[in-house]
Amino acid sequence: MAQMRRRLSLVETSTVVQPAVSLTGVSIAYGLKSGGRYEAVAPVNLSVEEGEFTAIVGPTGCGKSTLLNAAAGLIRPASGIVSIFGQKLDGLNQQAGYLFQADALMPWKTVLENASIGLEVAGMQKGEARAKASALLARVGLKTFLDRYPHQLSGGQRKRVALAQMLVRNPKILLMDEPFGPLDAQTRLIMGELLIDLWQADRKAAMFVTHDLDEAIALADRVIIMSAGPSATIIGDFKVDIPRPRDVAEVRADRRFHDLHSAIWSVLRDEVRKAYGQFAAEPEGAGA
Amino acid sequence: MMDRTRLIGLQLAVALGIILLWHVATTTPDIFNVKTAQFFFSTPADIAARVVKMFSTGIIWRHLGITLVEAALAFVIGAGLGLAFGFWFARKPFLAAIADPFLKAMNSLPRVVLAPIFALWFGNGIASKVALGVTLVFFIVFFNVFQGVREVNQNILSNARMLGMNERQLLRHVYWPAALAWVFSSLHTSVGFAVVGAVVGEYLGSSAGLGYLIHESEGVFDTTGVFAGMFILSVFVILVDVLVTVLERHLLNWQPEQSSALAKA
Repeated sequence: MAQMRRRLSLVETSTVVQPAVSLTGVSIAYGLKSGGRYEAVAPVNLSVEEGEFTAIVGPTGCGKSTLLNAAAGLIRPASGIVSIFGQKLDGLNQQAGYLFQADALMPWKTVLENASIGLEVAGMQKGEARAKASALLARVGLKTFLDRYPHQLSGGQRKRVALAQMLVRNPKILLMDEPFGPLDAQTRLIMGELLIDLWQADRKAAMFVTHDLDEAIALADRVIIMSAGPSATIIGDFKVDIPRPRDVAEVRADRRFHDLHSAIWSVLRDEVRKAYGQFAAEPEGAGA
Repeated sequence: MMDRTRLIGLQLAVALGIILLWHVATTTPDIFNVKTAQFFFSTPADIAARVVKMFSTGIIWRHLGITLVEAALAFVIGAGLGLAFGFWFARKPFLAAIADPFLKAMNSLPRVVLAPIFALWFGNGIASKVALGVTLVFFIVFFNVFQGVREVNQNILSNARMLGMNERQLLRHVYWPAALAWVFSSLHTSVGFAVVGAVVGEYLGSSAGLGYLIHESEGVFDTTGVFAGMFILSVFVILVDVLVTVLERHLLNWQPEQSSALAKA
């Protein structure tokens, strides 16, 4: 009987749902040109569950993007372990889609080609890949722009293409690095709405880096606050209990939104001040 | 639109002014000694007549054709080699580091001094002119592609990797289009140099081509012939350049049109 129970518990532990992304004691450091090392992020622990939309907020240069890149496998942490669904990450994170802050579309490919390339390189027939991509492009409102080149689009339209490009491969994890940072305020709101619309359909694990606290609360289930660098670390972890579906623009008028905002801001404020104070003394080559 | 017509009108006025000045200075006995002036500068009317004669008798076509073939071959071979080596070296920094001083040494050499040695190696025909053009075109394309491939936008590269591309797919979808873009953007310069290589080669020793024609006229102090040859050569180069612009518009239709924006400004 005892043996039986032990076996049962073994079965249970092996079927326990693993977090989509789990950072254990992950720190990031760079070698400086002047010699010596700069620790951007001190060892942190963070796990993002399946279906959870996590926003990471922090002052400029706190290493929040760096942490995201570690989860993407684009950079190697100086210490600690990055696990994706319980598997230790080695090399690029193939389960993740990544939305960049800067323009990262291939300028020599049309909107349709850009959106379908992820499927084509995975071996899907061109016709099928293009059909899937154009269906998704229609959903992001670019139905009539399939044959345009990126330079013929506005910043917001390019972001829509990038969104389609990321989502078409149906990645299990979405990693987004201040994706709407370069856009104007209205376009940001609309893009946020579009993102949540698309995300709500199948609720993937998402990590969304931003410096905009309003955006973070409006979009996310959970807001992580990082301290100012160097040796940045996680100093706050807030649950956003505003029910979904949410209206990304309207939610800002919600009482809970205000309460959360002031609670989070009281933590964030000192760090933002600290970050500004440090700018003068920031060592070279220590960008976010 | 109004500005454009005015601009062309002014440009024509300048051209006519220069021709008129030239004509008056070389045909009015009271200004200079007419014989001496015409010996050194010919006259616009004589030059025009010579150009017309060259075309009406048809002797010019053979020379034009040969120069064109030489320039085209020089461009294709030079650009092909430049693209291949530029791409290869950019992907293999160690090779590039080894080759660096040799490439710099070769590129610093004024190409004219190579003409005699090429004539010795490849004879007095087309081959030696093509070789000279190739040495000019190669380095332009090579350095452009080398730099272009090495400086491929890191965001595009990271994005392509995150989209699941392997090394081979990165080459095909990212590095190769980036390299081609650099070849095309240096098209005007490299095509120009292909023509320079051909004409300089002909000038220094040959039996046909525009460069030969000019050199031959110089040999007998036929100033009219020299100027007529120069005129045909510059029209030829302008036509080739127009062709390149048209080609460019087709090949680089994914890029914002910088050149036309500049012309409008």
